[in-house]
Amino acid sequence: MTGWFMAARSRLVLLALVLLANMLVAPGFLELRLVDGRLFGGIIDILNRGAPVMLLAIGMAPVIATRGIDLSVGAVMAIAGAVAAASVNAGHAWPVAVLAALGTGLACGLWNGVLVTIFRIQPIVATLILMVAGRGIAQMITQGRVLTFTDDGLAGVSSATLLGLPLPVLIALAAAIITGLLVRATALGPFVEAVGTSPRAARLAGVPAPGILIGVYVWSGLMAALAGLIAAADIRGADANNAGLWLELDAILAVVIGGTSLYGGRFSIGLSVLGAIILQGMRTCILRAGLPPELNLLLMALVIALVLVVQSPACQPAIARLTARLTRRGTA
Amino acid sequence: MMRINARTLPLLATLGVFILLYALCAIQYPAMLSSRVIGNLLTDNAFLGVLAVGMTFVILSGGIDLSVGAVMGFTTIALAVMIEGAGLHPLTSFTIVLVGGALFGCGIGAAIHWLKAPPFIVTLTAMFLARGAALLLSTDSIPVRHEFYQTLSGLSLSLPGGGRLGLIALLMLLAFVAGGVLLHFTRAGLKVYALGGNARFAGLMGIDTARTTILVYGVSSTMAALAGIIFSLYTRSGYALTGVGVELDAIAAVVIGGTLLSGGVGGMAGSLIGVLIQGLILTWITFDGSLSSWWTKIAIGMLLFIFIGLQRLILQFSAPTGRTG
Repeated sequence: MTGWFMAARSRLVLLALVLLANMLVAPGFLELRLVDGRLFGGIIDILNRGAPVMLLAIGMAPVIATRGIDLSVGAVMAIAGAVAAASVNAGHAWPVAVLAALGTGLACGLWNGVLVTIFRIQPIVATLILMVAGRGIAQMITQGRVLTFTDDGLAGVSSATLLGLPLPVLIALAAAIITGLLVRATALGPFVEAVGTSPRAARLAGVPAPGILIGVYVWSGLMAALAGLIAAADIRGADANNAGLWLELDAILAVVIGGTSLYGGRFSIGLSVLGAIILQGMRTCILRAGLPPELNLLLMALVIALVLVVQSPACQPAIARLTARLTRRGTA
Repeated sequence: MMRINARTLPLLATLGVFILLYALCAIQYPAMLSSRVIGNLLTDNAFLGVLAVGMTFVILSGGIDLSVGAVMGFTTIALAVMIEGAGLHPLTSFTIVLVGGALFGCGIGAAIHWLKAPPFIVTLTAMFLARGAALLLSTDSIPVRHEFYQTLSGLSLSLPGGGRLGLIALLMLLAFVAGGVLLHFTRAGLKVYALGGNARFAGLMGIDTARTTILVYGVSSTMAALAGIIFSLYTRSGYALTGVGVELDAIAAVVIGGTLLSGGVGGMAGSLIGVLIQGLILTWITFDGSLSSWWTKIAIGMLLFIFIGLQRLILQFSAPTGRTG
């Protein structure tokens, strides 16, 4: 756990800065109030709004660790939301709708995984197909309209409260814990990293590389379906055009800010979630300050540029020297 | 001499699909054969064609450019602000945005080369930068009423049969010719292929990979700025959210045109056909009237899948005689 905190140090500083900025623009930001058994406050708001991107980032981090990318998550969100809305409208109970949406996510992930693993198409291209076609499929399901529904059970995915916390926060948290345990309490995490470092070496070392590769895309599809359910429940309708639009980019950014290497072989679920929270914190801060939301794009660009410069091999020696000097001073 | 091999087969397949699609459309709607429809096909897709020219360079070099849609959007709004707000002459404004686009692209190329960062993430950053800057200029759609604009948009070449080839369609064809010459008949073009084939070997052979990378992204962003000019002439207005997601259409056009996304294999002619195939599907859906717009996306996704699968097969079968490893 101390190792995690060492790795998370720079991101925690970033998060603290974002929270500080939020406090400066909205003085009551850190207050928590309990109203009707539900907590309200700035931090809860950030977690709640950020839940879909957190989920996407949880699915995206292992994919990127295998040197892959999943561009289709936004489109999968739209399909899953459309499937859920269409099935409650067809008279099914809400648990059936939720299962149908999750099943759709699994199927989409399987499609991506098979293209990448068995047909050996580059991940960016393989997932591009579903990214382009997926939104069309979602529009076909909703017949091009915003498919609204009145089922309170399905809407509860976004609005229900448990233990004082909004359900989306709990879903994201549970997904993070389950995924974290899966990859760190078992050998799955090192397997994923081995495939990302060198697929050939991993195969020779006995890692079931094809299974791992398909698995990470299936997991990403599942997480996208969960995010899609939350997005649809939030507006009580499936909007095939806008649900999850460009969220794949937010998810990739969250993972990159979380320090997962884009060159594969190293990833952290917890840090990726932290990245998603930082992104949402920035967004909330700009909104609360009354600044034009367009600034957010520029700020995000600056943050990634910074991360890229720090991560770049050209800067690594300088950074290593700096940290070495700092640690020496720390222990002395 | 043209031989049918792994390099020409994708192009021939693309051409075959285009002819087949056109024949099917023409049988159903004979009016599709009129020069009016052909002229409109070229005019309506002019901006996409110009983007595809730049994207062909990028993909052949083994990269990807996600920023072109945002650069195009920025160009339309910047033109509107310069012409309507600052009162500059359109030609001056065109020069400024083209030079600006070229410099922006060179910056992207430099970042990719020296930071050794994946093109995907660098151009994503550039996309946020350009889109954010465009939205900061104005979030409203600004009409351009300069009389020179009216003259330019009115210019067109009459085709036999009543069709018209607008100025912007001619600009697109010119971009394809210029891009094709630069890519296929100059040393710089050969270096782009070498870089896409294997960047490390290209470096070992003494090819200046830094200069080639910067050139490739410079061309791509310049083309994106030109596409912005074309779109601005087409709609006679500027809007910051122009071209959201259009980079995907450009990438799809290049891939359908037979260029391998892994780089090093492909060419300019295929990309033009790729653009026309997309335009044809749209035209067909418009003619039909009963089909919904989402079929365009599903059809393009399916075409992408078919072409990528085809390329995979060709690579597999040509591997024993081609490169090993």
